[in-house]
Amino acid sequence: MRPTAASTPLLALALAATALTACGGGSGSDPDTVKVSFKQSTDNSIKVMDTYLADIKKQFEKAHPGKKVELVPIKAPDSEYYTKLQQMLRSPKTAPDLVYEDTFLINSDITSGYLKPLDPYLAKWPDWNRFIDTAKAAAKGEDGKTYGVPDGTDTRGLWFDKGIFAKAGLPADWQPKTWKDVLTAARTIKQKVPGVIPLNVYTGKPVGEAATMQTFEMLLYGTNDGRTDPLYDKNSKKWVAGGQGFKDALAFVETVYEEKLGPDVSDALDPNVMTRVRGEWLPKGSLGIALDGSWLPQDWLPGSGHEWPEWPEKLGLAAMPTQHGQAPGKVSMSGGWTWSIPAKAGNPDLAFEFIKTMQTKANAQKWYVANSGIAVREDVAKDPGYATAQPGIKFFTDLVQNTHYRPAYPAYPKVSTAIQEAMEGVTTGDMSVDEATSDYVDALKDATDNQVVER
Amino acid sequence: MTTTAPHTDLGKTPGPTAPSRPRRGPGALVRALPLTPAVVLLLLFLAGPIAYCFYIAFTDLQLTGQAQDSFVGFENFTRAFGDEAFLNAVWLTLVFTVLSSLVGQNTLGLALAALMRRASKPVRTLTGGIVVTAWVLPEVVAGFLLYAFFRREGTLNAILDWLHLPSQNWLFTLPILAVSFANVWRGTALSMLVYSAALNEIPKEITEAAEVDGAGGWRRMWHITLPMIRRSIGTNLMLNTLQTLSVFGLIWVMTRGGPGGKSQTLPLFMYEQAFQNSLIGYGTAVALLLLLVGSLFSLVYLRLLRTEV
Repeated sequence: MRPTAASTPLLALALAATALTACGGGSGSDPDTVKVSFKQSTDNSIKVMDTYLADIKKQFEKAHPGKKVELVPIKAPDSEYYTKLQQMLRSPKTAPDLVYEDTFLINSDITSGYLKPLDPYLAKWPDWNRFIDTAKAAAKGEDGKTYGVPDGTDTRGLWFDKGIFAKAGLPADWQPKTWKDVLTAARTIKQKVPGVIPLNVYTGKPVGEAATMQTFEMLLYGTNDGRTDPLYDKNSKKWVAGGQGFKDALAFVETVYEEKLGPDVSDALDPNVMTRVRGEWLPKGSLGIALDGSWLPQDWLPGSGHEWPEWPEKLGLAAMPTQHGQAPGKVSMSGGWTWSIPAKAGNPDLAFEFIKTMQTKANAQKWYVANSGIAVREDVAKDPGYATAQPGIKFFTDLVQNTHYRPAYPAYPKVSTAIQEAMEGVTTGDMSVDEATSDYVDALKDATDNQVVER
Repeated sequence: MTTTAPHTDLGKTPGPTAPSRPRRGPGALVRALPLTPAVVLLLLFLAGPIAYCFYIAFTDLQLTGQAQDSFVGFENFTRAFGDEAFLNAVWLTLVFTVLSSLVGQNTLGLALAALMRRASKPVRTLTGGIVVTAWVLPEVVAGFLLYAFFRREGTLNAILDWLHLPSQNWLFTLPILAVSFANVWRGTALSMLVYSAALNEIPKEITEAAEVDGAGGWRRMWHITLPMIRRSIGTNLMLNTLQTLSVFGLIWVMTRGGPGGKSQTLPLFMYEQAFQNSLIGYGTAVALLLLLVGSLFSLVYLRLLRTEV
């Protein structure tokens, strides 16, 4: 399928077809069946979610005699999954009872009126108090209501190669205190261990959101006191136009590529660079430091194609420091997915019952471990069975207390693209930090209907 | 193709017009009856979506992030013409189309067809086989193959290294050239087939007569072959151009339109706006403008078909 000039008519066709089926009879929802839509992996060998949901379905049907669960997998890459889901949510005939929503776009779907507020359900559900506060905020709309129950999260930090560090004379228990420490380590590697890439930070449009979140926001959210949002002003509900923190974060990226501390620019702007970091550079010992996410070991598990069981001996982990080492010292960003009930769902009550079954402590823990997720329930986070399930899991779970969720409001995807463009400008050296920032401010005004504030 | 065909189909649809001529009597009506399902389907699934497309191009409809869409008139269009990224995409689309379709696929296809007429049968079968294989490969597979060819550690650079020539990351330094080449590689087969058929239609006597009169190869090509296959050239150019204008998968796989939008043609720009930025209204307006570019090319070719040489 090529989304070409033909795809808009195709889309329109799909909409027309939806409208048509809506005119016909037939029932979209059976009061005894919960329809659950989820994102199925495009890789046929990965069945983590399928297996987990099949198990929950069994438990649910046993506990609720006479009720049935229908699993509706959507097999698509991220961006196409959103598109498909959004089309389904438009009509009561196609809307499932429960959907799996990425926190990246949940606020857009809330604004569109696709989702149902869950507050009346959550108020009567004691387990909700087990969820940590930052995670509770992940699916909160601008109206203050909660529209989803998170099923885990992710955090980000610095992965480093102990072998390269030993050759460069850097400590095996490295923990940088400031950005300068990170750059100093990279410069040392460049000088003492030629032939390896000292430091990788994702940049530019080809890698998309990974550049914004894994690099830029990891820097930006470490430029201030960690309490106010440097990207979005919650009080005035406006986006922050540039500012010193923004320029400093861009300058960091510029330094990495200008001093050739990062990969070759043409590699950094290759859309497949993420796969190369996980599948090639880190396992082959050709990358010193990688600013990346908690999910990397997923790719090194047995049966994944890039098996690397000895990674805990080869790699070290360090938290990303704040800019000058100011409190709280560490910074991380989080995303993740939530379970939400569509506004047009036929059986919302039953759907919430299904969420409750998924989110018993035992089931939640099973899920975090199965998908290398980071717990958002404090009772699971404290459970030794979870903390020791995989190396690194404790490190990334501890970062949750210093983590930030993106201001994923409707304009966010466009803001993110504007950030990537600014990053790309300083990466290639086509733009200075000031030029890139002023271009960003223009793009931001355009993307947000001028809802910006100078700070 | 897909974008222009429905209009002509609509114009020819006999269904709705037949019953509107009462002087033919009820017979015509009865005779038109079996066509009704087809006409209804056509209106519903071809005309309907197109009309809907035209409508949403004038709204600010978004896929998500919006409670209510509204009619905005020509705002999407004025926005496009004030958008540097759009103008860049138009320019790159023209470069891509001229390079890969007009110059590349078309000339190479003609050259191959002409050369293959003189080649021995095994050579002809082998060459034809290879060219057609490139054509039948799915676009995404072709994209990955050419990505592997052009990337920094790719085949092309390996060859250049072997020849002691300087290598570089082609997808980074010359992305629009790389994707144009990929499109030539993939799409030449169609031209080759069209021209092979056309060349076979030229009566042998004419060429022989010219040869007797002392016309050399180039003269025969210029004064006899080309004028005689003029119609095929027009048809071929039209098919190639319309296909090239809508190439998406190939570029997406190889460069995603980058770096820095240096290979972002209109279909990629449209995809970014409609599905990554959720701006369905704006994306549709861009699609209509792409349709306009296609029709402009078609008009030029139609004129070419009509003019006598």
